Amino acid sequence: MLEELYQEIILDHYRRPRNKGKISPSDLQAHDTNPLCGDEIEVTIRLAAGKIAEIKFDGHGCSISQSSASIMTQKLAGKPLEEARAFIEEFLGMMRGAIPFGGRELGDLKALEGVMKFPVRVKCATLSWHTAQKALANATESKS
Amino acid sequence: MIELLDSVELEEIRDDFPLLAQRVHGKPLIYFDNAATSQKPRAVIEAMNDYYHRYNANVHRGIHALAERATREYELARAKVARFLNAETPDTIIFTRGTTESINLVAQTWGRANLKPGDEILLTWMEHHSNLVPWYQLAASTGALIRRIPLLPDGTLDLSQPFSERTKLVAVTHASNVLGTINPVRQIADAAHRIGAVVLVDGAQAAPHLAVDVPSLGCDFYALSGHKMLGPTGSGVLYGKRALLAAMPPFLGGGEMIREVRADGFTCNELPYKFEAGTPAIAEAIGLGVAVDYLAQVGLQKIRQHEQELTAYTLARMAEFPEIVVYGPADASARSGLVAFTMGDIHPHDMATFLDADGIAIRAGHHCAQPLHKHLGLTATSRASFYLYNTRSEVDAFIEALRKTKNFFGACPTSRQLGVFGTTPVTGAQP
Repeated sequence: MLEELYQEIILDHYRRPRNKGKISPSDLQAHDTNPLCGDEIEVTIRLAAGKIAEIKFDGHGCSISQSSASIMTQKLAGKPLEEARAFIEEFLGMMRGAIPFGGRELGDLKALEGVMKFPVRVKCATLSWHTAQKALANATESKS
Repeated sequence: MIELLDSVELEEIRDDFPLLAQRVHGKPLIYFDNAATSQKPRAVIEAMNDYYHRYNANVHRGIHALAERATREYELARAKVARFLNAETPDTIIFTRGTTESINLVAQTWGRANLKPGDEILLTWMEHHSNLVPWYQLAASTGALIRRIPLLPDGTLDLSQPFSERTKLVAVTHASNVLGTINPVRQIADAAHRIGAVVLVDGAQAAPHLAVDVPSLGCDFYALSGHKMLGPTGSGVLYGKRALLAAMPPFLGGGEMIREVRADGFTCNELPYKFEAGTPAIAEAIGLGVAVDYLAQVGLQKIRQHEQELTAYTLARMAEFPEIVVYGPADASARSGLVAFTMGDIHPHDMATFLDADGIAIRAGHHCAQPLHKHLGLTATSRASFYLYNTRSEVDAFIEALRKTKNFFGACPTSRQLGVFGTTPVTGAQP
């Protein structure tokens, strides 16, 4: 059962997080916490030509929250804002169990399906996504 | 000479708790989350069943046999709790839903009636949110100010400075749910009373584990939760000194708390009913009465000794891991039966998931003590908390599970890189 949660892809992103840090100055920024454990995360985004040119996450948390954030930055980088928003919606829907887990765009995200067998850990996996969602909600049309 | 629980007694105790004899993820359950809630002995579960099976009726109202029996059993439970705490009289024992409600009751009644702008409420860094938020709310509504007794690096309170003369209330935990620190309530109460302040003690983590004698503690209010001391959820107690309770305005309004209701007003019922509006949690109170009987029968001294031994043994075994930091006093005799710790950069959530896979239940997070964790430069810790039915061999299994977790995550780099979220720990002590 533990193997389903702690897959190699997750541990790899945990041990070597991608896009960790802060973009300064950034165009979009949001901060959020997991009330269960007090973990905090910050997402910063730089925009160019209506797309996410660069996205980073900072903060601390468990292996699931850190790896999920790391994978997220890879998935969202380069996406137009509307597409990024829709992608986040879809992923959060999958983690809620509202829509089936899958799709060809998932890639490394497939590794997070195992988290759904550990309901108390789902919030760990979705924290950074909610934070990115908040950051993107701040985007004004002029910036995008 | 204090007696220890011998292995036969321990086996008998374990047999009294039906829940303990189960496997979780294929492993024997090791329940080390007693500071969150304790398991219940068969006698408590059966007493509650018995009430519903044989004499369910409302209390203090009906003129019939069932109502009389329900009232008798409910009041007997109050008398048992009074004896358990060595309270003056049973009418100083108010049944509540738990520690949280008990503290809110004092804040909303005594607090609103007695605090003025500029008055000070003295707290500590180690309070549970339930002994913080009601005072924050009270401060916001009265203009009173929040102050804190400083915390020393060894996890004890710095009582070297006299309390400010403006202090009207001192609210302090008897035993910390994170550091384990057992606070010198008598000393605090004496200092508070010298300046005319009132003392409320949060006994949620102490009443289940230590012999509590409210007159010798000297506190004015003592709050506890039944579910942490072998009783059911939804049962709790507020003890208060009689003169204070008598002078306080009522809390919730409704039935039971009134003597008379007129077209334009009401008069309050006598103690303790003045504070027990509505139909109380009858089965729960009866269950709590049986729980304190059970604790008294085993003996609080014996329970304390047993937990202290387990804690000392756990601290000694944890010293095998250089990456483990234990928070709170280093000496098991100065702390209650729980150990909060971190292991290198392994996140407590990952730790708890790993231990759970081996059937071991611990708590991971901020344990409803966020200001304390922030004060220590932490966001979360793992916590193992013991009770009378835990054993040394369970601690051994726990230590082996820690080793497995360490080996799995061993190569992980620091995940705590942001300095802005914390400061240097002040209470990290290698066991």
